[in-house]
Amino acid sequence: MVQNRMLTSVSSAAGAEPPAFPMPRTCPFDPPAEYAALRIERPVTQVRLPTGQLAWLVTRYEDVRRLLTDPRVSSDREHPNLPLTEPVTPESRRRIAAVGRSLIGLDPPEHAPRRRMLVTEFTVRRIQALRPHIQQVVDGCIDELLAGPRPADLVAALSLPVPSMVICELLGVPYSDREFFERCSTAQLRRSIPAEERQRTTGELRAYLDRLVTAKEAAPGEDLLGRLIVHNRETPVFDHELLVGLAMLLLVAGHESTANMISLGVVGLLEHPEQLAQITADPAAVDMAVEELLRYFCIVDAQPRVAAADIEIGGVTIPAGDGLLIAFAAANRDEEAFPAASTMDLGRGARNHVAFGYGIHQCLGQNLAREELQIVFSTLFARVPGLRLAARVEELPFKKDSNVYGIDQLPVTW
Amino acid sequence: MRIVMDREYCVGSGQCVLSAPELFDQSEEDGRVLLRTARPEPAAIDRSRIAVDLCPSRALSLADD
Ligand code: HEM
Ligand code: SF4
Repeated sequence: MVQNRMLTSVSSAAGAEPPAFPMPRTCPFDPPAEYAALRIERPVTQVRLPTGQLAWLVTRYEDVRRLLTDPRVSSDREHPNLPLTEPVTPESRRRIAAVGRSLIGLDPPEHAPRRRMLVTEFTVRRIQALRPHIQQVVDGCIDELLAGPRPADLVAALSLPVPSMVICELLGVPYSDREFFERCSTAQLRRSIPAEERQRTTGELRAYLDRLVTAKEAAPGEDLLGRLIVHNRETPVFDHELLVGLAMLLLVAGHESTANMISLGVVGLLEHPEQLAQITADPAAVDMAVEELLRYFCIVDAQPRVAAADIEIGGVTIPAGDGLLIAFAAANRDEEAFPAASTMDLGRGARNHVAFGYGIHQCLGQNLAREELQIVFSTLFARVPGLRLAARVEELPFKKDSNVYGIDQLPVTW
Repeated sequence: MRIVMDREYCVGSGQCVLSAPELFDQSEEDGRVLLRTARPEPAAIDRSRIAVDLCPSRALSLADD
């Protein structure tokens, strides 16, 4: 376990240049160290983005939940002041807006009709019905892992294929194209990849999904996209462009984030053998453990918003039109909400974390992600009891430059 | 103690169903919340409070009557 519990103080002189955002992670397990001091000293404070933009960073749990349910806070991805964590080309800017228009960038009243077309596919009951299928997928991956050489890369063997296979099956995307879409998705989220290259890979993925949606419009099959196309003919809320944007959102969000949570969760569990022993002894404890791992690692660091009116919060007034960054990762470590917040405690029993966000945009796929994580952790450690890291934690390639935190490779042996 | 819901706000996250399956359900038609009962048994009151707190869209609340 890497220790970094000291409060890194932030310069607070009036008129000083605002701190840069994204802030660097110094410990692979913890969010940027600056968040702890900001939460106490300046819970709502301006930061400078790589694009030169200024935005208000919100770090306290209560403020985060309050703003995410405030109708004056907009998710409009077309707004010129929407905070961007990396410079983008004008073409990519248009694409971000286009994907946003499908769901994640909509405000009331446009958001609800689109979300309602999708929630039937993600209800607790529908997701529970997928359990045997997901179990099969996980068992298949572990069979292959055990039959293969040691050490093995767990990202390639388990973390990526499980959510990729599940989302492909659900959406009706051919799994044989996984290498292509996994590469494009990862590239989209990496700040260190040049803007032109990100634009090219996103363009390739968009063109691919455009062809796929066109084929499904001609012959809708028995999958989520097919059902959506049929349903949409009865009550039209999506046009072709929006369907492509939505397919993109579901495919990328549907595999990349869950994959990262699997890898980080495995490392977190292996680093705390006493806690791991508790969940292997009591399978019912795994659901709670998953909630704590989601809180502790909080892979989506922050999401952008725009103030649609003046908003008073955290001792400041945010003027209408200013950008906001809602820091889920900071809120999930707020001592006011989670005593001993920096300790990973699998028995904590707190489901009120904001790792899936809060408000109307709270993750559509959260119950699918939960179920995948529960099945992976309970099966992996039961079937491979001797699992251990084949590298030192400090040497693992953590995704320090990614908007969704994770690990690129995870060498393990048993 | 009575559970009050406003289905117009519901975004179908299922947090209520996960918190208290004996009180909440989701419609097959549109994924939105359905109340199995508006008056939780004493043993379920804590779980109904958790559901209200976790509901991301403030579609749920508790009334004292
Ligand atoms: C551990 C895995 C996951 C994490 C941590 C995660 C996290 C998040 C977060 C924080 C948001 C809120 C964004 C905002 O407020 O701006 C979100 C939204 C969303 N997520 Fe996830 N997600 C995960 C898995 C998934 C999966 C498996 C799917 C799809 C099957 C998915 C689809 C979506 C969609 C469609 C939205 C937008 C919802 C809306 O705008 O109404 N996510 N996710
Ligand atoms: S928790 Fe709230 S938003 Fe989610 S299904 Fe229940 S009532 Fe709807």
